[in-house]
Formats: sequence, C-alpha cells, structure tokens
Amino acid sequence: MHAPQGGLMVAIKATLKRDLTLMLRRRGEVLNPLVFFALVITLFPIGISPDPELLASIAPGLLWVAALLAALLSLDSLFRSDYDDGSLEQLLLAPQPLAALGLAKVAVHWLLTGLPLALMAPLLGIMLSLPAGSYAVLALSLALGTASLSLIGAIGAALTVGLARGGVLLSLLVLPLYIPVLIFGAGAVQAAIFGDGIAAHLAILGALLALALMLAPWAIAASLRISING
Amino acid sequence: MSLCLQARQLACERDDRWLFEGLDLDIQSGEIVRIEGPNGSGKTTLLKILSGQLTDYRGELYWNGEPMRQAREHFLANLLYLGHAPGVKAGLSPLENLAWYQALSGEKGSEPVREAALAAVGLAGFEDVPAGQLSAGQQRRVALARLTLTQRALWVLDEPFTAIDRQGVAALEAQLVAHAQSGGCVLVTTHHALTESPVLRRIQLG
Repeated sequence: MHAPQGGLMVAIKATLKRDLTLMLRRRGEVLNPLVFFALVITLFPIGISPDPELLASIAPGLLWVAALLAALLSLDSLFRSDYDDGSLEQLLLAPQPLAALGLAKVAVHWLLTGLPLALMAPLLGIMLSLPAGSYAVLALSLALGTASLSLIGAIGAALTVGLARGGVLLSLLVLPLYIPVLIFGAGAVQAAIFGDGIAAHLAILGALLALALMLAPWAIAASLRISING
Repeated sequence: MSLCLQARQLACERDDRWLFEGLDLDIQSGEIVRIEGPNGSGKTTLLKILSGQLTDYRGELYWNGEPMRQAREHFLANLLYLGHAPGVKAGLSPLENLAWYQALSGEKGSEPVREAALAAVGLAGFEDVPAGQLSAGQQRRVALARLTLTQRALWVLDEPFTAIDRQGVAALEAQLVAHAQSGGCVLVTTHHALTESPVLRRIQLG
C-alpha cells in the first residue's frame, strides 16, 4: 500500500512518445488530411474558374476553409482507438491529471496534422495565385489557428468518442467554435494582401489559442469521463 | 497495513432495470472476492462502479474508512484495474505497451524488468512483435504482465481468464492466491471455475 507519488512529467513524456510512435507507424493516416487539403484546393480552379485574379481574391478563405475541414476530419480518430481497445479507461484510472495527458495527445495531433497543414498551405497558395507577401502570414496564421482547432476539436472528439457514428455530431458541436478562428485567420491573410496591419488579427488568434490552452484540457477531461460513463 | 474497500447500499439502474439494489460489499486484505452471476446481471457494471469509473449509481463507497470522494487519489494509487478490453495498443510492441503503463504510474521502469514480466506470462520472444500481430490470448497476457510489473494492493479484474489457455489459467490462479496471501486483495469476475481456497469468497448477483 502506498501513497500517491508524482511522476507527472514522466507520464506526459511517455504519452507524447507513445502517441507519436503510434501515429508515425500509421503513416497513411497522417497523410490523409494533407491529401484531402491538396485535393480540395486542386479542385477549386477546375470547378470555379482558372482566372488568376478571381482565385487570388478568394484564395485566403479557400485555403483556410480547406485546412479547417482537413483538421476537423482527422479529429474523430483522436480518442477512438483508445476507446475501442480499452486504453481510455486505463487513462482515466491513472493517478495523473487527465487534463495533462489529454493535452499531450492533442499536442501530438497538432504536430502531425495542424503543423504540416500550415507548412503545406503556401505551396497550395501558389496554385490559387495567392499574391506575394501573404505566404508567411498564411503559414503563421494556420499554425496558430490549427492549434486552437485541435484543442477545441478535441473537446468534441472526447464527447462523441462513445458514439458509433459520432462524426457528424462532432462537426456540429465544434464548428460554431471554429468560426472565430476562421474569421481572424483568413482575415490575417486578407490584411497581408491589402497591406493592412496583420498584428491585430494575429494577436486575436494568439489570444484564442491562449484561451483554448487554458480551458480545453479541463473540458476534454470532463468530456472523456462523461463518454466513459455513458 | 490492511486495506478495505466498502460499498454500502449500492444500487444501479440500467435501461429501466435495477441491476442490483441495497448491495453491501466489503473487500479486505488477504481476500479474493469473486462476483458471480449470469450474463447481463451487472458484474462488469459493479466492477466499474467499485473502481470509480461509473458515477451513475446510488449508495456510498468507502476506502479504508474514508468516503471515496476524499480518498480517491489514494485509492487510484493502489488500484490495478483490468477490464474486458485488454488495453493493449495494436500498433505498439508489448514492451512499449508496458513502458507506457509504467510511465502512467510515474515510473520509468527498466527494459530488463519488463522483459522478465513478459517472460513470466509466457511471452518471451514476443517482446518486440507489434501487439496487433499477437493472438487475443497473447494480448491479454500482455495486460496480465502488468500485475507483476506494477505493485498495487487492490486488483480489480473483469474476466481475466478470457482467451487464456489451461496453463495460463493455472498460473494466473496461483498468482491471485499468492497476491491475497501476501496482503493484497483481488476482486474478480469470471465464468471460469476457480479452485476452492480459504482466501476465496463469493458474491452472487442476479
């Protein structure tokens, strides 16, 4: 019989390592959001019009929406495999704060989904004739924004993990909270194109991320407990 | 240093049906308590309530005399729960799986110790095989290796003998008895017939 001991950093590092290992071993799954992103952006010039001026005017929004949807699609599997094989109930019984372990999982999700999307976006921007001077802002706004999207989306994923067809419900729950991130993210890129100040938009994206970092881990933990309960 | 998990007047309703009502339960050091009952009688639900995973029940739980709400951290630090699903990630090797479980308890552990635990459950030679390629019984043995690896006083095991062959069953039974005799306690549900023993107590549900 012993009293609770610490070891939170050990547990967090091990969870980071475990999730990274698992996702990197399923390389197909890691590439899925990127392929989706590329496909959607490739289809737009074909479906709308190849006119560079028209594409350039809608490019920021298109890129942001496609990246957002790609991130959203990849969220459903965040907790699902743990739920299916019984690891999730073990996670809940671990003598470590669930919020910290959940945050570790979301961090891995962002590293392998959001960050690659942000880095790939400038390449796809070329395809949409995105004006010069906005590529860096595109990548930066997406990097900041997808971090918030991963955190917010993880709450929805945690709430719907116990449901068989949770995907649609997850999207419905999470999209209203995604809209501010989308507005300021796409707005930052638009501002860069027109030469307006981008600082305000990026600052708000940063603030949204800070808010998500503070609140989401607890919401994720509570949602996981609810899902296991049901 | 004896421990005690108590339940008073536990009642749980599922799908408009009362699984059990007014259930009083005591689990003390040195006991193996076996929950018996037909399929659907609420054995798994009872185990989940006792291990603190379900909150939708009536009644009170006490750990070493204190209400569970206050003693939860201490309770979790002394609990090892193995559920229906073995909790083994198919994409990781048994060694990696065990390393993560040890880290969850805050220990880094060491590779040789983990290899020894796997050898003890008959998985020597399979340490680095992705768990997805192991049979169901072998995956369960990886989960059972945690019993040797992490020292916990209270074991709550839900159908631990599933998919285990006869030798494994005998070994696990011996392990449960040894654990009880050295001061731990075991709460188990199983359809398998456990050998009678002075430390074994039964509770019937349903």
